[in-house]
Parts: sequence; C-alpha cells; structure tokens
Amino acid sequence: MMDWQALGVSVRLAAWTSVLLLPAGLWLARVLAFSSLRGKPWIEALIAAPLVLPPTVLGFYLLNLLGANSVLGGLWSGLFGHPLAFSFEGLLIASLIFNLPFAVQPMQRAFEALPPDVREAAWVSGLDPWETFWRVELPLAWPGIASALALTFAHTVGEFGVVLMVGGAIPGETRTLSLAIYDRVHAFDFDAAGTMSAVLLLVSIAAIAVVYGFSGRRNPVDD
Amino acid sequence: MTDGLVVRLRQRRPVDLDLELACASGRVLGVVGPSGAGKTTLLRFIAGLGRADEGSIRVAGETWFDSVSGVWRPPHRRAVGLVFQEHALFPHLTALDNVALALKRLPARARREEAARLLARVHLAGLEQRRPSALSGGQRQRVAIARALARDPAVLLLDEPFSAVDRRTRASLHRQLAELRQSLDIPVVLVSHDIEEVVRLADEVAVLDRGCIVRHARADELLADADMRRLLLGDDG
Repeated sequence: MMDWQALGVSVRLAAWTSVLLLPAGLWLARVLAFSSLRGKPWIEALIAAPLVLPPTVLGFYLLNLLGANSVLGGLWSGLFGHPLAFSFEGLLIASLIFNLPFAVQPMQRAFEALPPDVREAAWVSGLDPWETFWRVELPLAWPGIASALALTFAHTVGEFGVVLMVGGAIPGETRTLSLAIYDRVHAFDFDAAGTMSAVLLLVSIAAIAVVYGFSGRRNPVDD
Repeated sequence: MTDGLVVRLRQRRPVDLDLELACASGRVLGVVGPSGAGKTTLLRFIAGLGRADEGSIRVAGETWFDSVSGVWRPPHRRAVGLVFQEHALFPHLTALDNVALALKRLPARARREEAARLLARVHLAGLEQRRPSALSGGQRQRVAIARALARDPAVLLLDEPFSAVDRRTRASLHRQLAELRQSLDIPVVLVSHDIEEVVRLADEVAVLDRGCIVRHARADELLADADMRRLLLGDDG
C-alpha cells in the first residue's frame, strides 16, 4: 500500500535541500539585493531559469552535468567509487539547482525591502557587517527567509519531472513519493496511489504550516 | 586644532563638493544651504557612509580618511554619532535595545543599565520597552539621539534631525538639544535647511551652496548680513 521508503527518500531529499540552500541562498540573495553588479540581470535570469524550463529540459542538462562523462561525474566516481547520476547525492545536487529560485527570490525580496538607512544606522552604531547581518538584517528579513524555506521544502517533496530524469527511481535511493505514485497509477493500483497522494498533500501543507507558524508570519515592523 | 573635527573634501561626482571646515570640541557648527547643496553628503562622508575622491577627515587627532596616504576607516570603526533624518531606528528592537546595540564598548551586563541611563537623559524613562512603532515622532527622535550618544562618539552629526516632527515637538527638542550640548565636549555638526533653527542652536554657521562654503560666520553675524538674509530667508527687507 503505502511506500514508506519512498516517503523517507522524499523527506530526506527535501530536508537536505532546505538545509544546504539556506546558507547558499542567503549569500546569493544578499549579494543580489545589495550590490549593483554589472551582470545582475543575467545572474537573476539564470537563477530563475528552473521556473520556466520544462522539467525534461532541466533534467536533460542536469543528467549531462552529473553523468559519468562529465567533469563532476568523473571526479565523483573517482573519489567515491560510484556514479553520481542515479544516486541520492546526484539527485540532491539536481534538487539544489532546480530549487534555487524558490530559495533565492523570496530571500532577495526580503533583503531588498530593508530600509537602507537602518543598515547604515547599524554601521554607525559600531556594528561590523557580520554583526549587522545577525542583529539587524536577519531578524528583519526573517519572514521572507521562512517563506523561502517552506517553498523549497514543499517544492522538493512535490517535484516529479526532474527527479524522474535524473534519479531513475531506484528504491531507497532515488525513488521519491511522487515517483511511487506515478508508478502505482501505471499499475492501476489506485488505492495505493490515493493513499500516497493524500500523504504527500498532508506533508506539504504541514511543512508550510510549521515554518509559517515558527516565523509567526508577523511583520516585525508592524508589531 | 587636534581635538575637534577638521574636514577637507573635493569631488565632482555624483555631488559636487569643494570645501574645508573645522569645528572645535564643545561647539555646534550649523550647516545650512539650499537642497542639493551637499549638506547630507558632507555628513555621510564624515560618518564613513561614502568616500570623497580627494581630501581628509580628522577627528580628535585621529585620521579617518586621507586620500593621499590611502587611509579609510569604515563607519563601524569611526567613533561617530549620527542622527538620521528619518531616525532609522531598528524596528524590531525596543527603545532600550536600540540604544544597547550601540553599546558594544561595554561588557554585555552593563549595556542595558547604561542604555536605560541614556534614555533617561533624553527624558524617555518609562518607555524603555516600547518598539519604535509605538513611539511618537518626537520620542523616536530622542531614542535616535540616545543611540547616537551611546557610542561615546568623538563627533555628533545631526542630519535635519527635526524635520520629521511637528512644530510643537520641534520646540521641545530644540530646548533639549540646547540642554544636552552643555554636557557634550565634542564637536556637533547640525545640518538643516531651517536657518532660524540653526541660528538658535549653533555657535557658528557654514553656508553651503553647490558644494562650496560661501560663508562661515558666527550665527548672529550671519543674520546681520543683508546678502545672507536674502540667500537663506528670501528676505528683501
């Protein structure tokens, strides 16, 4: 009936993706929000690409990136003795890339919304840039950061196309819950598909509710 | 002069500046002039929020900026108190924590006590736990002044500090600043477009126009000068 192993893979993938994208996304979002880089529109377009590309196209390029003939794939199999494509680690790298816009965009908007003179006030109050980040920027941008995490987690749990292209549906390794549902539907096992769909729905909604609950969804400015 | 503020700045873009000025400890220098004259830019450069192409900034005998020797201290390493036009309080912190955050020089235990003392000094005792959004414009202004003083600054910079409050509050803030300056032994630079305010609060006044100081005089001398009255007040009489 219920494929618990697949649920485990989905949740593990979503958790790792969120945890790793938090620092990376914060860094990228801050750079994009506060600097006036010349190539900024191009960097932003590159980050947003997973939003508009068909999952098959994205999956195809990721497969090339991770494959045994690629630099990354060759390096990986040389170091760890197994190929990167069709492994959990390969799926995780793909997941980090296709989740970039979901993590970076809300964070970037949150940093951009900070009044510039509040950061300057922190500097002239004697806070160095690192202290300003922890004591002023992070607390004020927190609702946007929480949204980014919730979106990333829920989106990873729900992703199908890229996971199918890159992961190969290996049980316990790359077979996520969304793939298990697809598989059950093809086998006309609608009971199992129905149960798993309901679980996926619940997990996604719960993930968002938990993060929103933690962040309070309050705008600290209006408190 | 080694104990006050000595500034020499030159640049063409984005704001034209070519000026030299000084202010001794315990004195209030008013800077007036039409908008776009470079008043705010001048304060930002002193605070380290921007850098001029050429020049130097020395405060209390220390060099904060010197284009010739390549010295440039970032704002968090300048002992500067800056009161922003729109206050720029930290919206997520209480009045007390707004001030305490600027008290890094003290051990963590002593910060809250000192912050409460500074708030009491600007007559805000009892409002320590309020967030900025629960304070009036005048009260926010006083928190901003307390925060600027918390760093034990070597120079106090006030950027149009009274423009965001109503007339009555302004009068009481004027009294308070006049009272406060008696106990401050540092140079104070007050930027304002309100010449009457500057004459009331400053010892001397620099008139800035298109980035240049066109007049530097005692406040009372300035008002006696018909040309200056015309420039600053549009007064024909």
